[in-house]
Amino acid sequence: MTAREIAASVRAGERSARSVVDEHLAAIDARESELHAFNLVTRDEALAAADALDAKVAAGEDPGALAGVPIALKDNLCTTGIPTTCSSKILEGWKPPYDATVVRKLTAAGAVCLGKTNLDEFAMGSSTENSAFGPSKNPHDTTKVPGGSSGGSAVAVAAGFAPLALGSDTGGSIRQPAALCGVVGVKPTYGRVSRYGLVAFASSLDQIGPFAATVADAALLYEAIAGHDPADSTSIPEAVPSVLDHLDDGIDGLRVGVVKELLDIEGIAPDVAARAKAAAEALEAAGAKVEEVSVPAVIYGLSAYYLIAPAEASSNLARYDGVRYGLRIDASTTGEMYDRTRTAGFGAEVERRIMLGTYALSAGYYDAYYGKAQKVRTLIIRDFDAAYERFDVLLSPTSPTTAFTLGAKADPLAMYLNDVCTIPSNLAGHPAMSVPFGVGDDGLPVGIQVMADALDEATMFQVAAALEGAMA
Amino acid sequence: MASLSREEVVHVARLARLQLTDEQIDTFTPQLAAILDHAADVEALDLADVPPTSHPYPLKNVWRPDVARDAGIRDAVLAAAPSTEAGMFRVPPVLGEAP
Repeated sequence: MTAREIAASVRAGERSARSVVDEHLAAIDARESELHAFNLVTRDEALAAADALDAKVAAGEDPGALAGVPIALKDNLCTTGIPTTCSSKILEGWKPPYDATVVRKLTAAGAVCLGKTNLDEFAMGSSTENSAFGPSKNPHDTTKVPGGSSGGSAVAVAAGFAPLALGSDTGGSIRQPAALCGVVGVKPTYGRVSRYGLVAFASSLDQIGPFAATVADAALLYEAIAGHDPADSTSIPEAVPSVLDHLDDGIDGLRVGVVKELLDIEGIAPDVAARAKAAAEALEAAGAKVEEVSVPAVIYGLSAYYLIAPAEASSNLARYDGVRYGLRIDASTTGEMYDRTRTAGFGAEVERRIMLGTYALSAGYYDAYYGKAQKVRTLIIRDFDAAYERFDVLLSPTSPTTAFTLGAKADPLAMYLNDVCTIPSNLAGHPAMSVPFGVGDDGLPVGIQVMADALDEATMFQVAAALEGAMA
Repeated sequence: MASLSREEVVHVARLARLQLTDEQIDTFTPQLAAILDHAADVEALDLADVPPTSHPYPLKNVWRPDVARDAGIRDAVLAAAPSTEAGMFRVPPVLGEAP
């Protein structure tokens, strides 16, 4: 059942939330040991929440738009009294004293949280192999990575553990695992969804967004979490137009630009490029006007991102010092305690990014690295702005390849190249989503990325729905 | 920009408050150098007259009424800390060794 069907049947009293949750917990029991989607399954809390919803329905109260819909939460979203680890040893055992705004909204809408999903430590990675608790596995082939960093959330949806999941996307961490696992993944416009209670990685890039098996379910979840939040000063103070209302409007006459640079760039596999061309043809057949477009600066996105994101991370992760929460390794001075705690608590990739960011911001190098990266960011935004004058949406592959083998990308730079198509939208703050569109030569899922201008999620979802329809 | 030296990596680790082993420094030095070398592709761009972007959405300062409010989580925050005393976080001596 889709999330929409579950919510409708629970609200109508045709199905109990308890039976829905039982069914999904059984699916988790059957395959979780093989896939490792979750850091923690909150079974008792989920059953209690389901019973409370069923009592509401019995009392004639409205249980909410997502009544009884199970959801999996990336383990970097704060949940009151439930461990939130970021898949890091430095936060192991920490229980947040408050809920993230998205968690509060979902609970109010009647969604039932099944647990916290695995990720690359502090969301730094593209495979979940950087998790301190071990990697998640791709449900389509368990010798392959699920992508990352929100790999556990993608696996949870792809394996049928939950119809919905939330992830966070700083450089592609929702869209890339969605592509590799064959599900829908959405990064909304920067600021469209409150980041309050999302553990910060790179604050000018981070955005929370949905995973779902269908475009309509992703739209349902997007509408439930979007909107201004006074607790997040970067959240956009504007009303959120409905995307569900326009999902079936069709794409007749819409202008679709296929980004030339993201088909030609080094590393794009021929089978993935072929699927992107097939997607463009499918949209043309559905009535869109499709043309190739050049967005020249996107090829510098990777370079700018891997200076900007680590720079922001080096500052954000300074808070993990053993003073207020999480791990502390004691020492005779506070300075020594900082050093020992951080060294024991962080994994290699997090250390690498902190080092990179610290270097990029250090005296004598700021202008050469961080300053230059910020200027490249401006160029990318300018080139996107020019493209959106001529096109309603832009199209590209989501990831250069299908899912790769666990352990295959031990070289950090090789791993970073996975994000080449997804990073530009983060730098620009624009919405972008991945839609499954067939398989590659290896039979594994290929995702197509639909990008749109800031705040135009509605058009992006319309095009995604058309792509989904073409595969049906 | 040129590549990264081992000495620079040692210096940056100290700034970042990480105690890396010699082996880790040997591993990180070429890895970080490769990433910085890749980032050098932006040297091809003329950026002289381009303003920097630090944030994707042109938000101005956000104001709210200056009203104190009790989040009601003080005890929970302190309970989650590694060490507390008299309602404060307790740390080892900041200046020098303990007496």
